Amino acid sequence: MTAETAYKKVFGRPESLKDAYTHYCPGCGHSIAHRLVAECLDELGLREKTIGVPPVGCAVLAYNYFNFDMVEAPHGRALAVATGIKRASPENFVLSYQGDGDLAAIGTAETIHAANRGEEISAVFINNAIYGMTGGQMAPTTLLGQSATTAPGGRDAKLHGRPIDISIMLSHCDGVAYIERCSLASPKHIRRAKNAIKKCFQVQIDHLGFAMVELLSPCPTNWKLSPKDAWAWVNEVMVKTYPLGVIKDTTGYDEDKK
Amino acid sequence: MPSEKMLMRGSHVVGEAAVRAGCRFYAGYPITPQNELPEYLSKRMVEVGGAFIQGESEIASINMVLGAASVGVRAMTSSSSPGIALKQEGISYMAGQELPGVIINMMRGGPGLGNISPSGADYFQATRGGGNGDYRTPVLAPAGCQELVHLTFDAFDLADKYKTPVVLLGDGLLGQVMEPVVFPDPIDVGTLPKKEWALTGCKGRDPRALFSMLLNVDDLYRHVLHLQEKYDAITAKEQRWETAMTEDADLLVVAYGTPARIAESAIEELRSEGIKAGLFRPITLWPFPSTPLRNLAAQIGKVAVFELSMGQMLEDVILAVGDRAEIYFHGVPGGVIPTPSNVAHFFRSALNGDGKLGRRIET
Repeated sequence: MTAETAYKKVFGRPESLKDAYTHYCPGCGHSIAHRLVAECLDELGLREKTIGVPPVGCAVLAYNYFNFDMVEAPHGRALAVATGIKRASPENFVLSYQGDGDLAAIGTAETIHAANRGEEISAVFINNAIYGMTGGQMAPTTLLGQSATTAPGGRDAKLHGRPIDISIMLSHCDGVAYIERCSLASPKHIRRAKNAIKKCFQVQIDHLGFAMVELLSPCPTNWKLSPKDAWAWVNEVMVKTYPLGVIKDTTGYDEDKK
Repeated sequence: MPSEKMLMRGSHVVGEAAVRAGCRFYAGYPITPQNELPEYLSKRMVEVGGAFIQGESEIASINMVLGAASVGVRAMTSSSSPGIALKQEGISYMAGQELPGVIINMMRGGPGLGNISPSGADYFQATRGGGNGDYRTPVLAPAGCQELVHLTFDAFDLADKYKTPVVLLGDGLLGQVMEPVVFPDPIDVGTLPKKEWALTGCKGRDPRALFSMLLNVDDLYRHVLHLQEKYDAITAKEQRWETAMTEDADLLVVAYGTPARIAESAIEELRSEGIKAGLFRPITLWPFPSTPLRNLAAQIGKVAVFELSMGQMLEDVILAVGDRAEIYFHGVPGGVIPTPSNVAHFFRSALNGDGKLGRRIET
């Protein structure tokens, strides 16, 4: 028996990921999200036609990790840049990958209008309720009571306003075909998230409009929790403000098409 | 075959010239006095199979242009002064990412909301850039509709050649005025040079990334030096200017854009009185045609600068001319368009040596 037949490859790096070490902290959700995005692109055969737009934020260097064409956007403008790409080159698969500061604070206008126009773009939205790259400042999605370096006593509705639920807001836009919120904080949740990302991509392939997956993502460093406790915080605390599940779905897909 | 002679409004002229120059993507946000341009392109761009988007803001629009440029399509946005202020972030990114694109600015009065009348108050904004970082943008300043046609073509060519955003700087008057124009044949976009850097999807090649962030100081150092080499090449090769009636002149008038047209009429008025003035009209405001201006100014000895601002191009004239000639300045702010006679009066004062170097002379 030869080596080729003795061993069957059951796990490996997706082609859509480069052979690179990431700069992400231990326990960060970005690495998992990157892998899920890459697996879905591979499985749908999209890598060679994909153009991705990373955010300004922790994933600003995503083009060092993703193995497909990417173009940097100014902070918050990813979905405007993605709109320009998709309209100028509709045959490409266009993906934005954005954090909560990018998509739900500085880029709110670009987000809402790209979604409302029904741009055929797939958005992956990483919600970790904190500004990671700049060192733990309050995010638009920071929970009430959650500490941040600019909300040291915890987020206070009167002082700082309430957390924004951009997925719910976008669900009211007619151009949006599909939005689902998932967690990246357990193997079971990660599997569910992958299905959602794949469906989000399928929406673009089928020209149904705008689609987004919101991923509740652990940030152990800025939450000042161990990776294990950060997972628990996502699934026990964060989900109370951001309940998991399908928020909008007009795709009409059978469950097996996900 | 070129088009027949047509009577067209400046804003429409830019739109038609852009389409003929191979522009296939436009995004913009309405602002007076250039709304006729997006209105024209909303129909025309669709006719030629291009994309037209009315963005939700000027910020979104310039970033849509950034995205379209990244896939290699000739792309353009347009606005007027306060709207251009909002686009500066995107222009800086495009400069850093080395993405071509054309930005039309039909200037209006400022600062702030100002007014909707013609102005030259954004010379600094255009030539110095309002975005962050060590970058430059070529700035082309047409003085009439026919020149607007040619400079629109040139703007797209320069943008592609040097992989840079290019600003076409007009004013509210140029955007609104109707003049006869002839258009060159439309470019077949398939014949444009292939952009080997453009994002197309990575089929059959390694992935490409277009970005301006270089965290390693050595990398950013080299990148900025690389950009500077490009700007040096543009400065060496792309300066444009025009002169009129300078051979026997005792006074050299310097003006660009709409004011240059007024200055030309004023000079003709003076010449009918036997007063010999000539015109130096910078067409590229960056790179500024410093050396030809310096040589001519030194030869004539007296320079009169006329602008629809309080002295912005004046600084480039002073940098170019230094003490080789006396420099007088007449600035008209606020969207006021002076008559040729009014401007002629200033030129007479300058010739008589009234006023001080680089100071405004009341007329």
